[in-house]
Amino acid sequence: MSCAIHARGLVYLYPNGHAALAGVDLHIAHGERVALLGPNGAGKTTFVLHLNGLLTGQGSLEVAGLEVVKENMREVRARVGLVFQDPDDQLFMPTVREDVAFGPLNMGLDRAEVDARVDEALRAVRMTAAIDRAPYQLSMGERRRVAIATVLAMRPKLLVLDEPSANLDPRARRELLDVLERIDRTMLVVTHDLPFASELCERAVIISAGTIVADARCDEILSDAALLGEHDLELPAGFDPARVERRPRPFDDRRPRATLGSLS
Amino acid sequence: MLGLLAVTLVAITTPFPLWPVWVGCATVMAIIAAGARIPARTIWRRARVILPLVLFVAVFIPFFRKGGEEWSVGPVTVSEEGLQTLLAICAKATIGTVSAVILGATTTFPDVLRALDALRVPRLFTLIAAFMYRYLFVIVDEVQRMRAALASRGYRPRRAWQVGAFGRVVSALFLRSYGRGERVYLAMLARGFGGVMPQLDTLAFRRADGLFVALVASSLVAFRVALGAAT
Repeated sequence: MSCAIHARGLVYLYPNGHAALAGVDLHIAHGERVALLGPNGAGKTTFVLHLNGLLTGQGSLEVAGLEVVKENMREVRARVGLVFQDPDDQLFMPTVREDVAFGPLNMGLDRAEVDARVDEALRAVRMTAAIDRAPYQLSMGERRRVAIATVLAMRPKLLVLDEPSANLDPRARRELLDVLERIDRTMLVVTHDLPFASELCERAVIISAGTIVADARCDEILSDAALLGEHDLELPAGFDPARVERRPRPFDDRRPRATLGSLS
Repeated sequence: MLGLLAVTLVAITTPFPLWPVWVGCATVMAIIAAGARIPARTIWRRARVILPLVLFVAVFIPFFRKGGEEWSVGPVTVSEEGLQTLLAICAKATIGTVSAVILGATTTFPDVLRALDALRVPRLFTLIAAFMYRYLFVIVDEVQRMRAALASRGYRPRRAWQVGAFGRVVSALFLRSYGRGERVYLAMLARGFGGVMPQLDTLAFRRADGLFVALVASSLVAFRVALGAAT
């Protein structure tokens, strides 16, 4: 099964007529890790909400081998794991265990399978010890990792992260990278954090004013200061994209493979 | 857990002349508290928050309730029935509060919610309570941040019109919470929410729990019925 994204001429108008997406064409192949960059209000989050059918615009969108239309919605949402920017929005159940189980239960899995999924997902983000804690007792970095576990438990084909490194201190940010690099999934990472993108993703796409304005290798895009400046993106002072060592992929065999499900 | 509910129910349904039942309730609660190793100070500290409010209301009853003998204390009259009601309310309120405190000290809130579910309380109520529990702390955090922001800009309301700023804080809070509600709903949809909240564990109601409830409830109910029959 393909876990690619194919968007063709995707248009979304806000009720006031403002075009949040003005014809997005984006193709992401199976197994890619892509950073979606862009200034505030460029339509990044709007695009991401389309991938899960939470917003529907004009044009065609195919995700993980399925047309995103009403009839497929249940299956689409099971295949696309969407991690929201604020973990407090994502974690709404009284305990971590219940929250991680929420998705699998909605998929109608039986109890033993749900327990196995919860365990597997929490292990993948190294949060097993927090299983009976309440989300508000966790630090921001821990909450973020649990939020990722809540979608991993659904074994999505495609992982979409909205600003995963926002509000994290450097250490929590590094731990998040450690966790993400082992997850063997097609990944779309929406971010402002260019160093984060360059460590994790090999390809970057810039979206600006509702259209894709650049699509190339991550290091090429980040070395193009003029392009970045044009779209209100900026590298931290002293940061040299050429000297970034990209995180290895789980299938590089340089590190143990992630044990999460099978990527079919 | 459920036994404490029984204690409260029995206590509430007991009319004044059967006052020994209240002693029975208190004894049972004392045993439970001792068994769970809850220090008396904890119970007292927590009960102190609620009790004065309840008792404050009760204090006025003897002066308004008519019936039985009446005595005049200066300008006001006190009725016998009123005094009985006062005592009854005090006893019931204390028993109810303390049993709630014991429940709070022995059981985590998620467990209470699951217990309510198991007792077939409508899902809507338990869901509202669950979300309240989850987001109360988030909202309290937000309020504290806003208060800090106000205070750090020298906001110290002295005059009535300065309260306006506080009103705006409240409305900002409402808007933020509303926006968060929408985002939470999106997050639920994104994980396949279809209108029905899935249930992870119905609480394992073990034999020991059944025994506990049966013991507490039956002994108290029996006590209550026996006394009721005697009078």
